[in-house]
Amino acid sequence: MTAPSPATVGGSWRRDEARLGWALALPALGVIGLVALFPIVWTFWESLHLHDLRMPWRGRPFVGGANYAEAIADARFLEALAHTAGFVAATVTLEIGAGLLLALALDRLARARGLIRTAVLLPWAIPTVVAALVWRFIFESPAGLANAALVRLGMAPPTWFADAAAAWIPLVLADVWKTTPFVALLLLAGLQNIDRSLHDAAAIDGAGPYQQFRQITLPLLTPALLVAFLFRTLDAFRVFDIVYVMTGGGPGTATESIAMYTFTVIMQNLRFGFGSALSMIIFAVSFVFALAGIRLLGGHAFEDRPA
Amino acid sequence: MASIALQGVSKTFHNGQVAVRDVTLDIADGELLVLLGPSGSGKSTVLRLIAGLEIPTSGRITIDGGDVTRVPPQHRDLAMVFQSYALYPHKSVRENLAFGLRMRHLDPAGVAARVHETAAALGIEALLDRRPAQLSGGQRQRVALGRAIVREPRAFLFDEPLSNLDPIRRVGTRAELALLHRRLRATMVYVTHDQEEAMTLGTRIAVMRDGAIEQVAPALEVYHRPANTFVARFVGSPAMNVWTCASRRVEGRVRLVSPALSIDLEESGAAVADGVDVRVGVRPHDVDLVPHGQGDGTGRVEVVEPLGSTTVVHLRVDGSPDELMRMIVPADTPIAADQEAGFRLRRDRLHLFDGRSGRRLAEDSAWRP
Amino acid sequence: MKVPAWPLVTVILVGAILFPLCWVAIASFTPESRLFAEPALVPDALVLDHYRALFGGRDFWTPVRNSLVVAGATTAFCVALGATCAYALARLRFPGKVPILALVLAVSMFPQISIVSPLYLVLRELRLLNTYPGLVLPYLTFAMPLTIWLLVGFFRQLPPELEEAGLMDGAGRLRTLWEIILPLSWPGLATAAILTFLYSWNEFLFALSFTLGPERHTVPVAITLFRGQYQVPWGQILAAAMVATVPVAALAFAAQRRIIAGLTSGAVKG
Repeated sequence: MTAPSPATVGGSWRRDEARLGWALALPALGVIGLVALFPIVWTFWESLHLHDLRMPWRGRPFVGGANYAEAIADARFLEALAHTAGFVAATVTLEIGAGLLLALALDRLARARGLIRTAVLLPWAIPTVVAALVWRFIFESPAGLANAALVRLGMAPPTWFADAAAAWIPLVLADVWKTTPFVALLLLAGLQNIDRSLHDAAAIDGAGPYQQFRQITLPLLTPALLVAFLFRTLDAFRVFDIVYVMTGGGPGTATESIAMYTFTVIMQNLRFGFGSALSMIIFAVSFVFALAGIRLLGGHAFEDRPA
Repeated sequence: MASIALQGVSKTFHNGQVAVRDVTLDIADGELLVLLGPSGSGKSTVLRLIAGLEIPTSGRITIDGGDVTRVPPQHRDLAMVFQSYALYPHKSVRENLAFGLRMRHLDPAGVAARVHETAAALGIEALLDRRPAQLSGGQRQRVALGRAIVREPRAFLFDEPLSNLDPIRRVGTRAELALLHRRLRATMVYVTHDQEEAMTLGTRIAVMRDGAIEQVAPALEVYHRPANTFVARFVGSPAMNVWTCASRRVEGRVRLVSPALSIDLEESGAAVADGVDVRVGVRPHDVDLVPHGQGDGTGRVEVVEPLGSTTVVHLRVDGSPDELMRMIVPADTPIAADQEAGFRLRRDRLHLFDGRSGRRLAEDSAWRP
Repeated sequence: MKVPAWPLVTVILVGAILFPLCWVAIASFTPESRLFAEPALVPDALVLDHYRALFGGRDFWTPVRNSLVVAGATTAFCVALGATCAYALARLRFPGKVPILALVLAVSMFPQISIVSPLYLVLRELRLLNTYPGLVLPYLTFAMPLTIWLLVGFFRQLPPELEEAGLMDGAGRLRTLWEIILPLSWPGLATAAILTFLYSWNEFLFALSFTLGPERHTVPVAITLFRGQYQVPWGQILAAAMVATVPVAALAFAAQRRIIAGLTSGAVKG
């Protein structure tokens, strides 16, 4: 007996189900295609052209990689890149460290779990602009809380936001404050996935708390740590809101991040071609991290179990 | 009620796993066919193929002669009782029972009447307004049954419906299912891995292994004339003793020889060639405990399992240290572990299987209907 | 470490987390003149001046209303379209599912800055700048993939037997979705709705780029643009910050379990 191929056995039934599947999925996918995919393709196309809205008489000629060449040679761009890299390094390190500490502390909570977790969630839940304003307020000179505290301790505080180096401190603090809770919750979930009996067995075998942490907790938490690391790096790289609200990139361009620079180029300088090239660079870097993150999250995310 | 037929049905999953291999099966109108097998044997997949929850890779499925291979489950008019019952948690018992009837556009009065009737028959009227979460396991099982019965489908499909019940309730519900089958005269396909369930419920049993059917026959035939060593050992508890012998023709008769014992066959010898390997099987019920030195073989008692009405004795056979002979003896037999004892096999209860394929060799005089 | 250490660490960390917010909350009730005077932990005077000025003089109601409308509409669309799409991806058999899922995930990680310019130009063409749809549509960029991803994971966790029972009972796919799956999905739908609302309420870049005047500014944008006046009205800014915080804080409080479950289900990256 010839075996009919799977596509023909139950033929119309499979087709009907496939049709229904597409019909249900298409509206959402259509929207995504429209507002996300199409724009990114457009941005790429635009990055290959000269398109300056302040000089409409120049038209929109194709210039190939000229925008990218300009970007690589642009001192301000490279500075913004350096700023962003430093910001990423500082914030991600602090967030993972503090997040781990917080996660360990939360894991040992016996009481008031709900209340404390809500409290911990708050910085994550509020708008970034609010976070930026809160910390701007605390570090405001001359009489913000930070300055008052430092004076009390006998130190002379800098004019935070007028100082190119010092301005980074409130920025980093604000970002760390806002996102450490999320990292902590992520790691907490990872911690709670670790079987208690492993710790019990280790304790019976004579391992102290520090050894248990190093031999059991840390290795088993590594996947969660990696995920947190990757996605926080991804987000920190794209930082915009905090910088815009807190320092506006200032003083001058001392705290300008890549996203901020791109925004300025596009929305203020109206150089769409060049700005698109900058956008694509940001996109490319983000994509690399995102890809790594997806790999880590695991193929299990794509497993299929139809009914 | 309807007959169901599978013709050359196979199912290979996307990951390459072959769940069902070329299964051909005819289920008669009104019969209760049990699909029996260990996990991974494909029995649940066959059930789901009949239900329409899986699409076969090849083959045909017909209900009452009509080809339903291309018909989705909602149009096959079959009812299924799931292992986990799958009651709709957010609906009341009444709504659970009524759901299928509503889907068939029965008028509300008719729906209410049928629901009430079925609930009464199952003794769950008092539960009609409760939610599944408020019911006990046994009650949920009844509601699952009720949901199937109320629809008066062409056939019933059961996917290990008793495995979530405790042993005592299992036996009771088993009897009720048998009664139900008789009363409704319904076509039922029943999946289980419990051979006791299969023996007591099935009109016929289809024993499955690795996606293929090893034997389809009425229960007692499967028990007394298993088609191969797999079926022989799967059905019947404790499992049949099976060991390998070499055959020898001696003076026109057949002698089966193994390191532990030597058996002369009487009549059935004709089917056995000379000098081949034969697998011999005998059920623990058909082995008698005899004093050491007597009988067909000897050994040391390893384990004695008193079951109350009978006792199972495990004997480590002398001459074949890998072989354990299990036998059922009366409960009051004075036997203990580490004793030396002998065993005798009832000649008329021997099963002979081919040494390589495990298939049953031709007729022996053992079984009579 | 001995037992007392960890509760202490917890107190310190949680205190550090809450302190800035408490500080700002108190400051929003402190008269302007005292804001930068000797900061005291216990204020001696509490006034409502800033809030009154906010809603009276500055008409802060408008941004609040705008934010509510945009966030609400985004949430409604996302959940409605996303749920059906997620169900299809989770349960129905059709070709191309894995690439679609991968695509959805990838889109959720797009840097907003990378698509600001084309969106701006398109919205300008369609004359949707400074309108509600002009903001809801771009918001769907990140909200829709998030919702889909979350709900796919959720639907997959529902026991497939429930749908199978529905099918056996004679209900078609759509019927099963409507009568059985959706009613049981409200925890997942609620989580998706809450997270979408949060993200939409807090969003800044698109709101900054696609609204042109105070009549359509959302709360985050309105607060930021308080600056650039002759002197920075910190009192009102902080009061506005509190107003911006209250709805999301309330949501976080009411739904913390759900939010955390949604965030840590692997569906969300921040």
